Amino acid sequence: MELISFGDKGWGDELFVATLMTIAVAITAMLIGFLFALIFTPLKLSKYKILNLIANFYTTVVRGVPELLVIYLFFFGGSGAIMYVAQIFGYYDYIEINAFLTGAISIGIISGAYSTEVFRGAIQSIDKGQFEACHVLGLKKYIYFFKVIMPQMLRLAIPNLSNVWQITLKDTSLISVTGLVEIMRQSYIAAGSTRDPLFFYLFAALLYLMLTYLSMKFINRLEKNYSRGY
Amino acid sequence: MDIELILTSFPKLLSATLVTLKLLSASLFFGLLIGLLFAILRLNKNKLVSSFAYGYSYVFRGTPLLVQIFIIYFGLGQIEYLRTTFLWVILKEPYWCAIIAFSLNTGAYTSEILRSAFETIKPGIIEAGRSLGLNKIFIFTKIQIPIAVKQSLPAYGNEIILMLKGTSLASTVTLMDITGVAKFIISTTFRPIEVFIVAGSIYLFITFLVHNLIKYLEKKYRYQ
Repeated sequence: MELISFGDKGWGDELFVATLMTIAVAITAMLIGFLFALIFTPLKLSKYKILNLIANFYTTVVRGVPELLVIYLFFFGGSGAIMYVAQIFGYYDYIEINAFLTGAISIGIISGAYSTEVFRGAIQSIDKGQFEACHVLGLKKYIYFFKVIMPQMLRLAIPNLSNVWQITLKDTSLISVTGLVEIMRQSYIAAGSTRDPLFFYLFAALLYLMLTYLSMKFINRLEKNYSRGY
Repeated sequence: MDIELILTSFPKLLSATLVTLKLLSASLFFGLLIGLLFAILRLNKNKLVSSFAYGYSYVFRGTPLLVQIFIIYFGLGQIEYLRTTFLWVILKEPYWCAIIAFSLNTGAYTSEILRSAFETIKPGIIEAGRSLGLNKIFIFTKIQIPIAVKQSLPAYGNEIILMLKGTSLASTVTLMDITGVAKFIISTTFRPIEVFIVAGSIYLFITFLVHNLIKYLEKKYRYQ
């Protein structure tokens, strides 16, 4: 118990901060993922073959390659790519992007591929008549998307998005390889300095379980809210 | 783009593919056994047994695979008693630790897939078997399992691909699988893009093969 007490002696406060960091990375990654989904879902549903091809390339590659490999690509390649762009604009110093952004972007790109598939499936399962009705009523594109399609899509998408969230949350543990101090990294540090890996990794597992349990509770409530009419 | 690096890293990564495939096939084999066992336990009428099976799958699906590997590789070695038993021969090898963690993890997912497949079997089919006077084991192995296997093929195909990606975590416990070798080449040459292209293509190729194999099996075992 002393090991996880707060203060100088225990690792409680460090692990608490690390848990907040995990949540922050996971939420940021999920939002970045939504951004990617917002770009790639229309491409997937487009009538132009070339746009479909681009979107399919993205989702297939990202979902077929291990998360760790994607993280290594951004970890080792990220600052290089930004420095390359900066050099074009005449900036020659070394640029280091922080571990939080590297992690959130790489996990976000992965989570975006899954979200894209979820949104595509949800939109495709909306009744065709709804689209036609909007067309007939002459609704503006903006209203038509946000007031008619979006609410129906969200209801269908939430159960699958909750899976994406779980995957994203668990994937954040992989960012520990880049040195970002989240649950996994903090446990690694604590295990190293106390020589008690069993306790700290079990405790990390418990923290992750707690996070997945709480988010499930939250999502269930959200799901109920969005399926009021059914 | 450094074409030469692509050409020189390809054979290195290809030989690492063997390690990945070994890890994958061993974990899928043990995972299937564990999954089947826990699916059966889950369907048991005894509440205690079924909730034990549920707890197992909940814990392993609710925590990251990385934590599970670290608990088994770094954590279990700490228990003095274990070091004196024959288990230590297995647990001191990162290779076996990885396989244990992967098997337990994929076993949890497989048990969920098989359970839902068993639950979708219409009771009438089992009753028909019973009224024909077939015994329980015969009904299970000759009626329930073939139907469940057919039902769960698409979901299990996904699980194989997830597990393939999961094997990349073996590189965190010093194993040189595709990702391990890729990381080594990247950190010595600092050319992440070229190495990512080669390693990614190998993973995608395996994914492609698995996908088509499952598609072929689905077609072959479709209901007439």
